[in-house]
Amino acid sequence: MSEPLLTLSGVYTDIDQYHILQGVDLTVPRGAVTMLLGRNGVGKTTTLRTIIGHWKAKAGSIMYDGQDIVAMATPARARAGIGFVPEDMGIFADLTVEENMILAAVSGAPDPARLDWLFGVFPPLKTFWNSQAGTLSGGQKQMLSIARAMIEDRKLYLIDEPTKGLAPAIVSTMAGALRDLKEQGATILLVEQNFAVAKALGDHVAVMEDGKIIWTGDMATLSTDAALQERLMGLSMEAAQ
Amino acid sequence: MTAAPDHTPTFARLSVGEQLAKMMPVLLVPLLVVLGFLAIGAPSSWLTLTVSGLAMGMMIFIMASGLTLVFGLMDVINFGHGAFISVGAFVGISVLLALAGWTEAPSLILNVLAVMLAVIAAMIVTGALGWGFERIIVRPVYGAHLKQILVTVGGLIVIEQLIHVVWGPEEIFLTRPEMLKGAVTFAGAAIEKYRLLAVVFGLILFVAMRLVFRRTKVGLIVRAGVENGEMVEALGYRLRVVFIGVFIAGSALAGLGGVMWGLYQEVITAGMGEEMMILVFIVVIIGGLGSVEGAFIGALLVGLLQNYVAFLAPKLALVSNIGLMTAILMWRPQGMMPVVKAK
Repeated sequence: MSEPLLTLSGVYTDIDQYHILQGVDLTVPRGAVTMLLGRNGVGKTTTLRTIIGHWKAKAGSIMYDGQDIVAMATPARARAGIGFVPEDMGIFADLTVEENMILAAVSGAPDPARLDWLFGVFPPLKTFWNSQAGTLSGGQKQMLSIARAMIEDRKLYLIDEPTKGLAPAIVSTMAGALRDLKEQGATILLVEQNFAVAKALGDHVAVMEDGKIIWTGDMATLSTDAALQERLMGLSMEAAQ
Repeated sequence: MTAAPDHTPTFARLSVGEQLAKMMPVLLVPLLVVLGFLAIGAPSSWLTLTVSGLAMGMMIFIMASGLTLVFGLMDVINFGHGAFISVGAFVGISVLLALAGWTEAPSLILNVLAVMLAVIAAMIVTGALGWGFERIIVRPVYGAHLKQILVTVGGLIVIEQLIHVVWGPEEIFLTRPEMLKGAVTFAGAAIEKYRLLAVVFGLILFVAMRLVFRRTKVGLIVRAGVENGEMVEALGYRLRVVFIGVFIAGSALAGLGGVMWGLYQEVITAGMGEEMMILVFIVVIIGGLGSVEGAFIGALLVGLLQNYVAFLAPKLALVSNIGLMTAILMWRPQGMMPVVKAK
């Protein structure tokens, strides 16, 4: 495993009276895709939101690129190179696709070459460039959400269930885009319930249960061991496809 | 602000019905004007009332625009907004009274200069007051609506009392600058010069605000922040700083509205802002929380309806705007152009 870009050590996060994360230890190596897997409600989304700073960790450390970012505000974390694609996509429905992309390019105007690449990956974004984002279909909104994170180079991408509720053809487009990103050497922490996508993209895996990481290892190990899958997640990846 | 390379987008055409439904809030203003004409009958009276209604609407819009953004951006209910209207009026009118030589001179240049100085002074003072208000009163109660209502009403009362301390308890009567007095006659209707000026000024301000919101990155950040502040922060923008800027600008605009309203009414009182807040809140609610365009249309509807009804059935004038709000909320429960969804 290469040198870690992100390391969570003993992270606890509460949401109101609920203790969601209960000592998360997680390592995300540079230049690889780390899958965060687990049943619904075990704390995967909260882990991503704690890393970006939407939820404050009440204990533990989050070491990112050599510094502890626990006390850092969300905008500072984003400017330090963390891109976030939330589960609800977080697009600005009242803004056009173009305006969404302009906003996402924090350091200046969007790079035309980068945009061209994104238009190649997600053609509908070019077609509906001047349309209000709220009028896009669910799949197109998800494309916009991911493209927004990809409009500039980020050191770390936090992506929460990008294929959730999408038609198979769109899932394939999403997986292709993430594969492109991976081939460029990006570091990605990906929450994904679609095991086919997870298996195709993931290098490393962390499995969560009850607000903790209960298993870490290589995707190759997990994907070939049905008994381990059953034990960790209550179902086999093959059967779930 | 086009960032896309050459492309040929294709769009599914909306049906006429869908286009009309989308445009309906905008069409309500001309519809009300036409209904007003049919109900009033006499064209000269209708024209006078229409210009008066538009002028009133523009001034209410100036006062309401900041409040709707503050609510939209940070979910803050600021009842203290009325204090900025009153303080703006008192500061601006004090400047005008001090420049009596300029305002009484039959010189358009001197008159306009005096008004501009009054407006600038009012906006600077209310902007600074807004900054302090946010820091001391609003900041400790983010996310707690009941506390926000209590402390901002408290802030409003304190500032009103401070106005009494500084300017005395009596209302101040004033006359408009010489060249803004009187009326012009058009198509048999007498239209006050000041109302025409208010309409033109309000329109310019609306267009300028629209340009800022549509054509600048700061404008994009504000619009996006109203819709999903958390995501704006996740992109790397410090929404708190943007919010403070909007709070200051909104307070300054309220101050500007106060000066304009004072000149319109030719009398100012410490409680004028508090009284205006009823109309301002109606405008913010029917426009849709967080929507500057919605506030603009809402303000025009409120101004026009109030003037038409006051002419046709004076006893109903006070309830007309509550009736308008009820009707619009029954039609669109989140207001005409909501940006912030009901929470």
